[in-house]
Amino acid sequence: MSEIRHEWPLFEVFVRAKRGLNHVHVGSLRAADHAMALHHARDLYTRRNEGVSIWVVRSEDVVASGPDDKDAFFAPSGDKAYRHPTYYSIPDSVPHI
Amino acid sequence: MSEEQAFAEVIDKDQRIEPRDWMPDGYRKTMIRQIAQHAHSEIIGMQPEGAWITRAPSLRRKAILLAKVQDEAGHGLYLYSAAETLGADRGDLTRRLIEGRQKYSSIFNYPTLTFADVGVIGWLVDGAAICNQVPLCRSSYGPYARAMIRICKEESFHQRQGYELLMTMMRGTEAQREMVRDAVDRWWWPSLMMFGPPDADSPNTAQSMAWKIKRHTNDELRQRFVDMTVPQAEALGVTLPDPDLRWNAEREHYDFGAIDWSELKRVISGDGPMNAERIARRRQADEDGAWVREAAAAHAAKRTEVRA
Repeated sequence: MSEIRHEWPLFEVFVRAKRGLNHVHVGSLRAADHAMALHHARDLYTRRNEGVSIWVVRSEDVVASGPDDKDAFFAPSGDKAYRHPTYYSIPDSVPHI
Repeated sequence: MSEEQAFAEVIDKDQRIEPRDWMPDGYRKTMIRQIAQHAHSEIIGMQPEGAWITRAPSLRRKAILLAKVQDEAGHGLYLYSAAETLGADRGDLTRRLIEGRQKYSSIFNYPTLTFADVGVIGWLVDGAAICNQVPLCRSSYGPYARAMIRICKEESFHQRQGYELLMTMMRGTEAQREMVRDAVDRWWWPSLMMFGPPDADSPNTAQSMAWKIKRHTNDELRQRFVDMTVPQAEALGVTLPDPDLRWNAEREHYDFGAIDWSELKRVISGDGPMNAERIARRRQADEDGAWVREAAAAHAAKRTEVRA
């Protein structure tokens, strides 16, 4: 009676708000196939001109780093302050730099 | 650092918990229950106003009402989407709603008797929802907070269209003004009950505040709503049905009369005027749609466009 039946697969939705901007993740929805996912995404996430283009991706196809990878992935850049322009002191008198 | 410490640190720093982070079982359960209850409220909330779409008095009002009810559906879906990030399944949540194992807001168990109810729902019910929802944009659970930001942006249209509708009716005939007064009389107290039981009788509030799932207590939000609404009622020219409602200069808030909590308990436990009908309608819609969902899935499988 109450076993979980996934009737339709899950899709992640990305919307480009306007030309010149990236597609941004806005949420997910369920649909029978990609074409239906696009239509549902249009109805669900762009009712007020929020977008000019939509991507849908099967959620199970997304490969993501996990919270446990955080240190291995992101800690190495933490001690490389010399990658940032503010690391270098230049006298105020030097123009345009 | 242990998982518990990492979780506590994120909460403490006012950052957001994201789906794949470790979280206490109680946090996950509470979040699923709160998000599901909220999603169900949006979906059931389509019914009271949806009943007036075919009877809207003008094409303009009909287009507005259609857009609003479509928004409620959208809000429900944003929220089911957020619930799924916690491991819930939306089909399962719908089943829990239909079987009465999960709740929705008590407010939708009242009938919409006249078109003025559409206006009053926009003004008072959506106004109360906005009071509740704005602080939830800072909820500690990221997907819920993001869904709430979208919802709050859209909810403002709901409240304004309701208030404008009522202003129009108040400028109309005496019969129209009487409809507005009657609707305000019926919806005022149930709207105050939307904020939930008084703080003294709300055992989960302390834990929810500690987890930053909830940012203000029920009574704080209720007071905020009353303070916000009284001047709007004056501008509209209606009297709210509470003889004890008056400005308290010392508190710098409006005092208001005692709420009949036995009514809230009765409606929540299933004995409101419309509980049975709301659930029956939702069950019927689910059953009526079953063959469409199955056919679409079969069609997709046949084309093997999507791996089953």
